[in-house]
Amino acid sequence: MSPTDPLAPAATPDDSVLLSARGIRKSFGDNEVLRSIDLEVRRGEVVVLIGPSGSGKTTVLRSLNGLETPSAGTIDFAGGPVIDFAAPVPKAQRYALRDRSAMVFQQHNLFPHMTVIENVIEGPVRVQKVPKKQAVAEASALLDRVGLAEKRDAYPFELSGGQQQRVGIVRALALKPQLLLFDEPTSALDPELVGEVLQVIKELADEGWTMVVVTHELSFARQAADEVLFMDGGVVVERGAPGAIFTNPTHERTRRFLDRILRPLEDGGADDVSP
Amino acid sequence: MTDWQLALDSFWPLLWGGITGTIPLAVASFALGLVLALGVALMRISRNRVLSGIARFYISVIRGTPLLVQLFVIFYGMPSIGITIDPWPSAIIAFSLNVGGYAAEVIRAAILSVPKGQWEAGYTIGMSPGTTLTRLILPQAARVSVPPLSNTFISLVKDTSLASLILVTEMFRVAQEIAAFSREFLLIYIEAALIYWLFCLVLSSGQNLLEKRLDRYVAH
Repeated sequence: MSPTDPLAPAATPDDSVLLSARGIRKSFGDNEVLRSIDLEVRRGEVVVLIGPSGSGKTTVLRSLNGLETPSAGTIDFAGGPVIDFAAPVPKAQRYALRDRSAMVFQQHNLFPHMTVIENVIEGPVRVQKVPKKQAVAEASALLDRVGLAEKRDAYPFELSGGQQQRVGIVRALALKPQLLLFDEPTSALDPELVGEVLQVIKELADEGWTMVVVTHELSFARQAADEVLFMDGGVVVERGAPGAIFTNPTHERTRRFLDRILRPLEDGGADDVSP
Repeated sequence: MTDWQLALDSFWPLLWGGITGTIPLAVASFALGLVLALGVALMRISRNRVLSGIARFYISVIRGTPLLVQLFVIFYGMPSIGITIDPWPSAIIAFSLNVGGYAAEVIRAAILSVPKGQWEAGYTIGMSPGTTLTRLILPQAARVSVPPLSNTFISLVKDTSLASLILVTEMFRVAQEIAAFSREFLLIYIEAALIYWLFCLVLSSGQNLLEKRLDRYVAH
């Protein structure tokens, strides 16, 4: 694929380190939500963050995109400066983070006053100064890719939840980010719409896009993840290949969490599981 | 019979006073007032305490004092400290300041009504806060603020009649002159009232059109 191919991953999946976050901490007032998180993402890798709500998964993701400013730690994004959060972070560094990654939100956050195609080209045209004609052509190709070519002139409210989220994904792809960030991309969807969105994300993963995904969809994590991080109470409790984590978790907390998700109706939870 | 003749004869002078006085006064003051209001709203939202304090103070003074007193302070009061302003500019200054105070609160509420996720979506596609505001937030805030801002505008059209008291020749001043000359106070003032009403009916239908247009991206 040519380097201008809008469908090709912006970072070549060659397994070199794309992003390395060290000792990320974050407090909201007295509430410490992240207590020293380490995270490394290699090019072409899919890292999935799982864990109970309030465990800090989303805060990690938002920190990688500069939407949240950690209280301490460093983020080293290949090709950019090492950002040290011990001191106030200059605006240019925050923008540098956003230039390299793109976020897909739980609530899609599409721009309601713009049509689908306008939503997608807004970033490329306004921020990256891509010529409008080129941006429209690339956006059309991307929309076609996720099966939404005929919706290009619709407004977001005219789409189903699954279609809205697929547009959200295309809006992120159009920026040609080196890293895709997904924040519970299917949590707000009706159950029958989850599949079409996960399918798109899975295909992108297979094509070699580098991504960090926060999700409760364990089957997706099992199929698509290279590495799964289980977070609880602001720390990474356990990390490893999905096979290892799901079939043979070493920590009690991981086991309890997986049990609650996989067998929500059974009483007693982890107490019944023999080690 | 002569009453109808007088009503007919005075209609064009009154309407002309409206077209050359009332309308330009209202339009100019509203436009300037909106610009001012946007600035004050942003100051009020700002995390900078000095800026938001100034905005709060300004809004409080404007909303807490009569418009007629504001007009008189500018036109009759300022000359005492050596600042003499002609009737028209005085009226435009007073009305703009007044609109600025009221509309600032409307715009502030409209900006705050746009979900936080819209700001974040702008940031995540690489936009600066300024671009996010102008491209994403204000267009959505505009939809919410059209009905209350239309109210402000309609009030302003009627309030311009107060400018007659600082010697601006607008519709109500024309009405006063014709009434004083003809002694037909009831007839002439009712006629003036009807023309104000007509102006406001036109404005209301304009508001409806604008609301329809801005509602095109919202589910019904």
